[in-house]
Amino acid sequence: MSDIPDPHVQQDKRDFLKFALFGGLFAWLAAVIFPVLSYLKPPKQAEVIVNSVKAGKIADFANDSGSIIKFGNKPVILIRNPQGEFKAFSAVCTHLECTVQYKKDLGMIWCACHNGKYDLNGRNVSGPPPRPLDEFRVTVQGEEVSISKKS
Amino acid sequence: MKPTLKKIYDWVDERLELQDLIKFMAKKYVPVHSHSIWYYFGGVSLFLFTIQVVTGILLLMYYKGSEELAFESIQFIMSKVAFGWLIRSLHSWTANLFILTAMIHMFSVFFEKAYRKPRELTWLTGMLMLFLLLGFGFTGYLLPWNELAFFATKVGTEITGVVPIVGKPILQFMRGGDDVTGATLSRLFGFHVAVLPGIFTLLLGAHLLFVNRQGMSEPLHYAETPEKDRKTMPFFPNFLLRDLLFWLIVLNVLAILAVFFPWELGTKADPFASAPAGIKPEWYFLFMFQTLKYIPAQIWFIDGEVLGVLAFGAAGFLWLMVPFWDRQSSAGESKRFVNYIGLFVVMYIILFTIIGWLA
Repeated sequence: MSDIPDPHVQQDKRDFLKFALFGGLFAWLAAVIFPVLSYLKPPKQAEVIVNSVKAGKIADFANDSGSIIKFGNKPVILIRNPQGEFKAFSAVCTHLECTVQYKKDLGMIWCACHNGKYDLNGRNVSGPPPRPLDEFRVTVQGEEVSISKKS
Repeated sequence: MKPTLKKIYDWVDERLELQDLIKFMAKKYVPVHSHSIWYYFGGVSLFLFTIQVVTGILLLMYYKGSEELAFESIQFIMSKVAFGWLIRSLHSWTANLFILTAMIHMFSVFFEKAYRKPRELTWLTGMLMLFLLLGFGFTGYLLPWNELAFFATKVGTEITGVVPIVGKPILQFMRGGDDVTGATLSRLFGFHVAVLPGIFTLLLGAHLLFVNRQGMSEPLHYAETPEKDRKTMPFFPNFLLRDLLFWLIVLNVLAILAVFFPWELGTKADPFASAPAGIKPEWYFLFMFQTLKYIPAQIWFIDGEVLGVLAFGAAGFLWLMVPFWDRQSSAGESKRFVNYIGLFVVMYIILFTIIGWLA
């Protein structure tokens, strides 16, 4: 055996060290990046599942008016048309999620953000909204008006 | 110099060799020509940045970044804190003026073709800073937690959500959940006061380093004038004093705006209220907002919004990359075509901003 190391052995050593060092580096990077990315992803919060809410008394809602009702953590628009009938829709505009309102002079549901219009059946009739508003069920028991999800 | 000052100066000079720096400063010249006025808009943007840093830190002393307290804390700053109204109005007005001067600076560089070789990196860092400024504007807008800001943030983040594949994760990342809530306020607050300023400062350092290393860009026509006819001005003190005079004028304009047109606070955001009539984004987003209004909901089989967002993204990217596709300017030829594109963009932005404003 000579003192000069075999060049093949030398190269193998180098390759091994490269592999170990870069492998270690990548493993380290992954160990740093993964927790950070996971941390940034907001955790799922337990949502209270709401199936129905009491909106109020009939007398609270004038004919030809609309009101925003809190339905869990989403807004719902309760409309009483000029004939006194109730209708309820999700108040979240299907375009870019602004909250819609009842526009008396047009007799329509209107979104102020991009001038989207829906008729009183929740159908998107003009402007950018791509879909109708989701409808909710309105039930009147005695004087009490409640809104519930349509199944 | 007074003997004590001289002593201090000599002490520092012995260690840091200030002489070299002074020699460098003395050698800095600014070309004088018919377009010299555009040189002042970079400097004034830098000045407005320092105002934002100072007033921003002052606001941090009282601001509370939470859903329950944000609006009230700004009300407190505006009504109870001595000169709070001034600091807050200055911060809001400066933000708008800053974006304006940065845009003027950017367009002047574009039309002078100052981005051409060897200043590609200066252009890139500058453009990235302009994008960050829009980010500052967007994140800062929500911080008062008022009605307008709430819906602007809803729409703004929802628009990123329409981008295929990456949109949804980005939307959740920005909102800190599926909806705009207090979690969104916390996140955007963090971006506004920590993340964006950090990145911005690094880019600004690089930008200033490049400008100092390469000197002021000379317009193409200036290079054609014979050497003896080219006029210059020493940077120190001649140009710097002119800079300072301009800054002083701008500071006065800001003071007038902040005193006579204090920035409104509006009404507190209520997630269960309808979006108010007449809602629109800040002026620097108006042209995009207005364009999106004209795009039909569906083009062929693609969603109109997606198309609009992607088109603006692509246009912004092309604009950012202009030094790399406009080779003629780098070769010293002036190219009309690029000017026409620039002119079209300027006209488009002005026209759509006006339409959006009047609508």
